[in-house]
Amino acid sequence: MAEPALEAQALRKDFGSKTAVRDLTLSVPRGEVFGFLGPNGAGKTTSIKMLLGLVHPTSGGGKLLGEAIGRTRARARVGYLPEHFAFHEWLQGRELLRFHGRLLGLGGSSLEAGIEGLLRRVKLLEAGDQCLREYSKGMKQRIGLAQALLGEPDLVFLDEPTSGLDPLGRLLVRDVIRDLKARGTTVFLNSHLLSEVEVTCDRVAFVKSGRVVREMTLGAAERDLEVELRLDRVSPAVLEALARFGRDVREEDGRIRLRVDGEERLPEMSRWLAAQGIGLYHLAARRRSLEDVFLEVVG
Amino acid sequence: MRAVLTIAHLTLAEARRRRILAAALLLGGAFVLLFGVGFHFIARDIRTHGSPAQQRFMMSFVVMAALYASNFLIVMTSVLVTVDTLAGEIGSGVIETLCTKPVPRWAVALGKWLGCWTILALYATLLCGGVLLVARLVGGYTPPNAALGLPLLLLEGTVLLTLALLGGTRLSTLANGVTVFGLYGLAFVGGWMEQIGTLASNTTARYIGIGASLLVPSESLWQLASHHMQPPIVRDMGIGPFSPVSVPSPAMVGWAVGYVLVTLAVALRLFRTRDL
Repeated sequence: MAEPALEAQALRKDFGSKTAVRDLTLSVPRGEVFGFLGPNGAGKTTSIKMLLGLVHPTSGGGKLLGEAIGRTRARARVGYLPEHFAFHEWLQGRELLRFHGRLLGLGGSSLEAGIEGLLRRVKLLEAGDQCLREYSKGMKQRIGLAQALLGEPDLVFLDEPTSGLDPLGRLLVRDVIRDLKARGTTVFLNSHLLSEVEVTCDRVAFVKSGRVVREMTLGAAERDLEVELRLDRVSPAVLEALARFGRDVREEDGRIRLRVDGEERLPEMSRWLAAQGIGLYHLAARRRSLEDVFLEVVG
Repeated sequence: MRAVLTIAHLTLAEARRRRILAAALLLGGAFVLLFGVGFHFIARDIRTHGSPAQQRFMMSFVVMAALYASNFLIVMTSVLVTVDTLAGEIGSGVIETLCTKPVPRWAVALGKWLGCWTILALYATLLCGGVLLVARLVGGYTPPNAALGLPLLLLEGTVLLTLALLGGTRLSTLANGVTVFGLYGLAFVGGWMEQIGTLASNTTARYIGIGASLLVPSESLWQLASHHMQPPIVRDMGIGPFSPVSVPSPAMVGWAVGYVLVTLAVALRLFRTRDL
């Protein structure tokens, strides 16, 4: 089995008496688009910085593409877009990419061709010779994204990549992530825009108080359904009996709500109700949104 | 090494693009020009008065005054060019994308040191070289041991530049500037205490001064340079404000070189071990 793109084992970071990351244990397989979610102050950015060697862990360890974190070689095939991308504003867009490309050990015509391709990809081809201080917020974010993609990395960290972007910019980021996935690049995505995460990520981890509290695959099969029923009669015995099909059975506003772990539960439930002689007037099921799960896990 | 040169190149490009280099070179040129015009008229007067020895003393005095001003400007520039190079980029977050590239952190810091040092060397060469050239062309005077004195002035700037890089690994830009100028002030006062202590035969004051020079060997390098760049008769008689009574030991040069190397090594280590 191929080595994971990213591994973290019991990573911890204390800043004085404050613990920013308590116990980060994660494994992200190669080629996966992985969402790293949590409320503000949960330790997401510190976690990313530890993985990238910017922050030294108090304890624990990890690997990026098979190399121990903190080592220079671990970053050889890694791209990074920080949450607040800052750069030398006196540079032009093309110059910024050329400079970062050289730090990656790139050069010559292949670097120039790569820069042109990336500028085109982030729709900044026309603005390539413009000074970065003249860029709008969205343009700065897009040039930062291009910087993270230099040299076709195998693993890309995107910390709030849609920050400051308009809907078209967000769409562009989504397309870029899809392209990366198609190319087999692993993406580690930290975003507050759960709708973005929902459509781009294969799997997510929820972080709370510096610890991963839940990991979840975003495939349809593994997500709960929220079911709503309207019956001709409701009694405590019926509610108790429905618990066999799911959990969190409750009566609200004359309707019964419960959560089931798969679609196959729905016909089972309706057959059982019919067998009991209970009239079923309404049955609706919707997949729980990532926001619902987020609120439940970290709320 | 390639990464060091890339960062050094960026540091130079930044100085050029942000007009730091233009301001330094333009005003440095203006300084040399002003000195040249003033020296032209002063030299014309000097040539009509006194014996050749007196004329030589006067020429030396004026050139040393210009070199003293150059020395001060070199000190200021070495600190101002370097004070923000790490501290500013750490504060703004610019450093994050640099340090996540497959480049060791020491290479980033060393590249910045090299870039700043190149600016300092250009500036020092312009000022001191300009002063010497003007003195030669206008007054027909060249201070003795200029080939020894000028590298000492560059070494003095290098000491402060390296201290500013060291401070930048842990302090904010302003705190770094205040600290390095404060250290320069200690060395300056220490240097004068050493001179006055020697003149007044006060061993305690002299030793305090020497201690300050060991702590920051900038002023003692200037004194050593000024001692060597004056005519032997002037320096031996201790005439004028540029002739140190207590001449720093030549070992101070070795101390300063070692000081720069150790300070630079500590700076690279502190930068490597800090969180960004």
